[in-house]
Amino acid sequence: MSESASTPVPTVAAELRAARSHVGRRLLKNPTGLVALIVLTVMVLLAVFADLLAPMDPSKANIQDVLAPAGGAHPLGADSAGRDVLSRLLFATRFSIAGALWAVLIAAVIGVTSGLIAGYYQKWFESVSVWVISIIQALPGIVVLLAARAVVGPSIWLIMAVFGVILSPAFYRLTYTAVVGVRNELFIDAARVAGVGDASIIGRHILSVVRAPIIIQAALLAGIGIAVQSGLDFLGLGDTNVPTWGQMLSDAFSRMYQAPVLLIWPSLAIALTSISLVLFGNALRDELERAAGKPKKKRRGTTGYVPDTSGDAPVVHDEERADDRPTLLAVDGLVVGYDQPDGGVKQVVNGVSLTVRKGEVHGLIGESGSGKTQTAWSILRLLPAGGRIVAGTVSFDGKDLAHLSESAMVKIRGRRIAYIPQEPMSNLDPSFTIGSQLVEPMTVTLGISKAEAKERALALLGRVGLPDPKKTFDSYPHEVSGGQAQRVLIAGAVSCEADLIIADEPTTALDVTVQADILDLLRDLQSDLHVAVLIVTHNFGVVADLCDRVSVMQNGRIVETGPARSIFRGPRHPYTRSLFDAILEDGAARGPLAHSADRNTITERSAR
Amino acid sequence: MNAEPLLVIDDLVVEYPAKGFGKKPFRALKGVSLDIRPGECVGLVGESGSGKTTLGRAVLGLAPVTGGSVRFKGQDISHLKRKQRRALSDEIQVVFQDPYSSLNPSLTIEQTLAEPLRVKKMSAADASKRIRGLLDQVGLPANSADRLPREFSGGQRQRIAIARALALSPELIVCDEPVSALDLSTQARVLDLFKDIQEATGVAYLFVSHDLAVVRHLSHRVAVMYHGEIVEYGDGGQVTSAPEHPYTQRLLLAAPVPDPVRQEQRRADRRRLLEAQREMEVQAGV
Repeated sequence: MSESASTPVPTVAAELRAARSHVGRRLLKNPTGLVALIVLTVMVLLAVFADLLAPMDPSKANIQDVLAPAGGAHPLGADSAGRDVLSRLLFATRFSIAGALWAVLIAAVIGVTSGLIAGYYQKWFESVSVWVISIIQALPGIVVLLAARAVVGPSIWLIMAVFGVILSPAFYRLTYTAVVGVRNELFIDAARVAGVGDASIIGRHILSVVRAPIIIQAALLAGIGIAVQSGLDFLGLGDTNVPTWGQMLSDAFSRMYQAPVLLIWPSLAIALTSISLVLFGNALRDELERAAGKPKKKRRGTTGYVPDTSGDAPVVHDEERADDRPTLLAVDGLVVGYDQPDGGVKQVVNGVSLTVRKGEVHGLIGESGSGKTQTAWSILRLLPAGGRIVAGTVSFDGKDLAHLSESAMVKIRGRRIAYIPQEPMSNLDPSFTIGSQLVEPMTVTLGISKAEAKERALALLGRVGLPDPKKTFDSYPHEVSGGQAQRVLIAGAVSCEADLIIADEPTTALDVTVQADILDLLRDLQSDLHVAVLIVTHNFGVVADLCDRVSVMQNGRIVETGPARSIFRGPRHPYTRSLFDAILEDGAARGPLAHSADRNTITERSAR
Repeated sequence: MNAEPLLVIDDLVVEYPAKGFGKKPFRALKGVSLDIRPGECVGLVGESGSGKTTLGRAVLGLAPVTGGSVRFKGQDISHLKRKQRRALSDEIQVVFQDPYSSLNPSLTIEQTLAEPLRVKKMSAADASKRIRGLLDQVGLPANSADRLPREFSGGQRQRIAIARALALSPELIVCDEPVSALDLSTQARVLDLFKDIQEATGVAYLFVSHDLAVVRHLSHRVAVMYHGEIVEYGDGGQVTSAPEHPYTQRLLLAAPVPDPVRQEQRRADRRRLLEAQREMEVQAGV
């Protein structure tokens, strides 16, 4: 990765090479990709060096050698005109591959260029090109090819050029979609603001993103090109002066009963090349997807089997007043890890212990990567693929959720522990009405009739402050605002009378004024229903507003825990203190701009 | 205070064409006026859909201006051709919100930072020297240059974006929610960096944010946007602590204070304010 930066301002070519070598190296480690690449390389080498390798002239007919068996002067025998099969095969490789590449090249030049321009500039060029491309796609390809053959005569290059035009929509659509996907990325805007010209933006920023899918598409289309070209020649529509696999196949086919072995060689060549091209495309796609789907994260050097829970014990603040509410949830020594491909385990939660009493609001606060959301998910046993509870217990109402069977867990979720997610919109199914999404869980969990569930849902929607419950009940998720969607999800969370609600950053995605309303709603509902709430957040304001007790998380550990008022009054752990120091709410305003001569006074005034 | 304004926005209207025939275009800005003096930070606060990001994009030439003007040093820059716009790149720059999508994932930091310099035909050796200087200025180690964006955290990426904005020593940087995606402690450090850079270089900021506390920390003057209009504009301290417009008052009291005792107080204040505003609305309606 680093070699590309050896020159101060590397050229685009150097950077392309660097990026490509990265995927290229992985491609060589992929067995399918490697085999396909070897076959293709051999084919290309045979095609290039056909002159040197072929034992004789491919067109030289010898009447005495008609259908001669393999061996002697003809290693693979001779065909129906007495021509050497090996020589013809080598030259056919050259022309078949060149023909297919020619078609793909034409298709790529037309399709990629027009796709880039249409995607980037849009406007009239897009409208026109979409029409043209649609017309090309609507034409039956093989009919056009036969008609073109009738007009231009039996020239392999002209026919394949026409075929390239027919293939170009495949490149156009692919490029267009990819460009539209990236053209609104912020780095494109940043490049424009930096004064980079359009040509440079397209060549540098956009092409680098769409190049991989284009290569994959080219490989697949080259396979089709070989098949179609062989097909045309097999039908006898090709140029008889140029040996191709299709022609050899046609020739062998006519003598199938006399020399069936002749069919093998061209068939083998066509099959091997086509399969290799498809496999190459697939392997390249797999490698690219793997690269995109596996973010690099720092490893903490832990082994999977002996969970590492070392570290200082959390600072515990004393309870301010006796609280005799019974414990509802007790997490003890929870370790959450993700299995790594090398057999190790990456720990994200390193021995968390916390308790939530009945009817209490407990805040779990921390920055990104602190493990607060992982802790919440593992209580619900909803960790993403690869994640698991490595050690520790989660006792909830006498059961250890960490070791409960999945079917028992299903009965807990929703009924006993409800969940309010961070992104209200993505947690509602866009293809069902809000009403049906509220009614279904109630009929399943509470075992009540649909009519009764509907009545309850309407009452709940009114309770969570939606102005027109009936209208919201019949709406689809896209018809309501983010704040309303969050109210719907809160209604869903309290609908089954759960004992504990886990709220994962319930107001982070919302505007400030909407957040205040939702916090009010959560507080009202909580005090009405006496439900316990574990609220995961990064916002000290939210904690101050709602929580009875707080646990501060850092690097998968709880560093400080206790009653909210006590922690806000005097944070004791250095990390908690550093977080409090970073809060801006109480800072002084910067004040008006002074004249530039007395800039020093600005500095003084702005320091708090 | 006697300095000539650097940027003057006058009665600006931005409309996005609606999809489909005969539909009314969406009016994102409904006649916005604002000015920024050299070396000043003007904060722009608003909630989603208020038009604050659109205003920043209009200044950058990335939004369709249909009325009014944006004048930079006396020159109207609201309808520039792409080529003329490019010439402005060493005057007006940008730092975007999302540190993940604002850097091309396949370019190294050096390649990203070299881009604006290359456009201005700086030699390779000078560009390399300038890049070391920029990395130093934003507090990143010099060996960051050879690495790819994915090797950096959100805060570090935002520093890289700031370095890119500074590369051509602009006079105005449009900052579009530059700390919203960052963690609390990272946010404070990046804000301090913005402040230090302003004091060292005298660059002006149009600082767009939804967070009143962030804007208050950094801005000399603050404008509050609501439904495509500026509803309040004035001294930063005054607007963010004793606002006059009902919307700004609501916005201020909606943000929870990180202190349970004072938050209880603020909650009560907010309830009273909403009550009072509702009554006034009823009276005005009658």
